[in-house]
Amino acid sequence: MTDSNEEKDQEKPPQSDAAPLVRSPLRGEPTRRGVLLAAWGAFTAGSLAMLGAWGRFMFPNVLYEPPQEFKAGFPNEYAVDAVDTRYKASHGVWIVRENTGFYVLSTVCTHLGCTPNWLSAEEKFKCPCHGSGFVKTGVNVEGPAPRPLERFKVSLAADGQLLIDKNTKFQEEKGQWAMADAYLPYLG
Amino acid sequence: MDKLFRYIASTQIWRSIFRHGYPDTPRNRTLAVLSNVVLHLHPVKVRRSGIRLSYTWCMGGLTFFLFLVETITGLLLMFYYRPTAELAYQDIFALREHVPIGVMREVHRWAAHLMVISVWLHMYRVFLTGSYKPPREFNWNVGVILLVITLLLSFTGYLLPWDQLAVWAITVGTNMARATPFLGHEGPGAALISFGGLNFIHAGDDVRFGLLGGRFVGEAALMRFYVLHCVGFPLVAAGLMALHFWRVRKDGGISGPL
Repeated sequence: MTDSNEEKDQEKPPQSDAAPLVRSPLRGEPTRRGVLLAAWGAFTAGSLAMLGAWGRFMFPNVLYEPPQEFKAGFPNEYAVDAVDTRYKASHGVWIVRENTGFYVLSTVCTHLGCTPNWLSAEEKFKCPCHGSGFVKTGVNVEGPAPRPLERFKVSLAADGQLLIDKNTKFQEEKGQWAMADAYLPYLG
Repeated sequence: MDKLFRYIASTQIWRSIFRHGYPDTPRNRTLAVLSNVVLHLHPVKVRRSGIRLSYTWCMGGLTFFLFLVETITGLLLMFYYRPTAELAYQDIFALREHVPIGVMREVHRWAAHLMVISVWLHMYRVFLTGSYKPPREFNWNVGVILLVITLLLSFTGYLLPWDQLAVWAITVGTNMARATPFLGHEGPGAALISFGGLNFIHAGDDVRFGLLGGRFVGEAALMRFYVLHCVGFPLVAAGLMALHFWRVRKDGGISGPL
């Protein structure tokens, strides 16, 4: 019985007047493909937005760190030819006064980022991590440090105090120590 | 006595837990393994070479064992350790001096060292026996990621004692991230991402900053490393280990001598 039925079905051409199981969509009607594309598109966009939010979440708007730009007192508070360490722990800088002016050195060792110590008796900065040494100007003279210490922008604020901006740094190996903001001429 | 055992085995509680007969036939032995969530993690049958210590060194198994040791001892340490700048070092000290079984942190530390060693030896064994070759090349790559996660677990855990060694080691270690191409502010390509002399990648927003939560190793870095060490990396490692072990079996079990 079954066999003969199948044969009969095969012989019969599909009836043209019967409604097809799948009909093409009318104009303006949403297609299955369109709905699925929109759904997956929305899901993908939502997932990407979430990933972006995760990434942004890790970068806080407020930092509980000392500001990058700060006032460091009046120039006459600094002794000539001395390395001043009063802003080392709080702001990570050494302020050096010469006969002719000021420059500000970063306390980050150029080898691997430890903090050297100023040894006043030996007149040099010495890093405890791997023994890099720098003379008072910040130039590396011993140990593995590949380049001199970095200097920061120093200027006088309107009220006459030293104004240090750590956002702008000057690297000796790039010839930037000769730039105007790397050195504050001061004779007073 | 025999009667008692027979009675216990016939109770509904027993039969609801053990859904097969006593494992005295090959079928029941297989069922005993397959119907138990703990036992089924191990294959029903392994090759003779798979249990030969001189062939496997058991280094993969030891690594997993050490991971379990780390999980349990780490969980215990979390009951006492507080990841803040003023309390962290004090709590590490207290774990040795004031808490009973004062060696718990030492167990955690030594198991961590051993795990790094056993992971390398496992990798070395897999390399020597050629077990990285098809069809196992995918699992080799999963293993490489697991190796990196093991090292990251070791690295993040190193900061938590919050002593001089920890702070400067992490300072030095994370300085490498400065040189990440495009994402680190001293890396190649970072200077290209700028607009009108304004650098978009600088010390305040590069990949090292994201790792430390600041420009230097401070309290934010301690918290980030703590969360990564206790939750982030262990979760990823557990997921990848499940994949790793599953693939060992699907790729034909522990590889044998040719």
